[in-house]
Amino acid sequence: MKARHLDTLLLLLCLGFAWELIYALVGPDVVPSPVTTLRRAGELVQTANFWKDAASTGHAFALACAIGIGGGIAIGLLLGFSKLATEVADPMLGTIYSIPKITLYPIILLIFGLNLSAKVAFGVIHGVFPVIIATMSALRNVPPIHRRTAHVLGLSPAATISTVLVPAALPEIFSGIRIGVAVTLLGTLLAEMFASASGLGFALTRAMELHEVVDIFALALLIFASAAILNGSLLALERRLRGHD
Amino acid sequence: MTDPALVDAGIHIEARGITKIFAAVGGGNDVHAVGPLDLDIRHGEFFSVVGPSGCGKSTLLDILAGLTRPTSGTVVCAGAKVGAAVPDGIGVVFQQDASFAWLSVKDNVAFGLRRKGFAAPEIKRRVDHALAFMGLSGFAGAYPAQLSGGMRQRVCIARTLVMQPSVLLLDEPFAALDQQTRLLMGDELLRIWRDTGATVVLITHALDEAGMLSDRIGIMSARPGRFIDIVATGWPRDRDSRIVSDRHFGEVTARLWTRLREESLRAIGRDEMPASAAQQAHRP
Repeated sequence: MKARHLDTLLLLLCLGFAWELIYALVGPDVVPSPVTTLRRAGELVQTANFWKDAASTGHAFALACAIGIGGGIAIGLLLGFSKLATEVADPMLGTIYSIPKITLYPIILLIFGLNLSAKVAFGVIHGVFPVIIATMSALRNVPPIHRRTAHVLGLSPAATISTVLVPAALPEIFSGIRIGVAVTLLGTLLAEMFASASGLGFALTRAMELHEVVDIFALALLIFASAAILNGSLLALERRLRGHD
Repeated sequence: MTDPALVDAGIHIEARGITKIFAAVGGGNDVHAVGPLDLDIRHGEFFSVVGPSGCGKSTLLDILAGLTRPTSGTVVCAGAKVGAAVPDGIGVVFQQDASFAWLSVKDNVAFGLRRKGFAAPEIKRRVDHALAFMGLSGFAGAYPAQLSGGMRQRVCIARTLVMQPSVLLLDEPFAALDQQTRLLMGDELLRIWRDTGATVVLITHALDEAGMLSDRIGIMSARPGRFIDIVATGWPRDRDSRIVSDRHFGEVTARLWTRLREESLRAIGRDEMPASAAQQAHRP
């Protein structure tokens, strides 16, 4: 536990040092110093505009997670219980997963327009596939002995699913959820950056267009920190879930 | 191989004309795994099945348990026909670790009782008893990953015992354990068998295990598996692993091995041919 915290601290120090070094090399017009950036980030979080953008991103992200992760688990479970469906769907899903979704963005825009639903849709198409794939693979990886045990104990098919197969698959499904959440955030921010009028991604693009270098870095730092905290909490939850592995 | 003298002696499990043929997958030949075979197992008997690997021992156990339907033939257990579902009163323990990693030892053992809707006090009573009986009381709150392989197998046995089965079917339950643990688990199995009065059918590839534990040992042929001999050991009911030093133990295992050796050679396709001749024969 302690060692892990120490590792994180060391990593942050190294990143800070590298940043400082780059800053010293290329100068403040391209990369602001860590201290300047931190100060600007501190100012930003006290402005109403920042929180309006954060709320907008959070709203889209939460919806995209609910639809993408929930839908991914549901679809993954449906497909995963059938061996045939798994075999048919698996290579297709793998291919779709590896397509750069950004190429689909024009289509998403045409369908949904410049608003919340486009952001949500873009988050969903990022997050849903890793979750489906992880859920299917988790079910496939449940040792056959568990099904036999359920049968021997006289469990109905429904009870087998809810009390044996899903609990057995849960840790692996959760790994998929963690990845799904991360890429959903990515998708949401991308959508905001490319065509949107609100959200942190939009704020970032605006800062880029105005060449507000310190703002770009401060926003990126804040987004990075939120994503790291989110991922860290999910990882901690996953560790607890796997606690007795 | 039906012994007419046994029919009156209280038959618990009766298998008649059992065959199992696995349908070919992808253009291969059908695999005739088992039979036809007959088998009678008495109430409270400790019966072991030995045979060359791949002879269909485990398939036979699956059929007795109702986990697999035989291609033909019937199994009657305590007067009721064994069908597609595992009948109440039959407990099965597998070779592989079947403990649930997400449940504590206590919850693993209570699992079957909870699913069957037993009352909480009864569950607690049975679970506490089974944990004490299997020497797991100190590990009630532990998770399987924290236990050794032998301890995990105890958890699986305890989970089966709390259902109070009248028939205990064991599919090489100690095969994954080291030799000392196996001998000790053998002693525990004898204790369970005596204390519960259950009928035990043990599938094993370890001849010493079969010779030490069983009242009778069925020797199966190479595939398709049939019984080529049934050896009665004549051990007293009150016995433990120390009978391995008994002179009669050597006779029992020697007889098992003599019958099995030719079958095992046949199973690997050698008959009594010397190895070099066999290789010659395979050359085009």
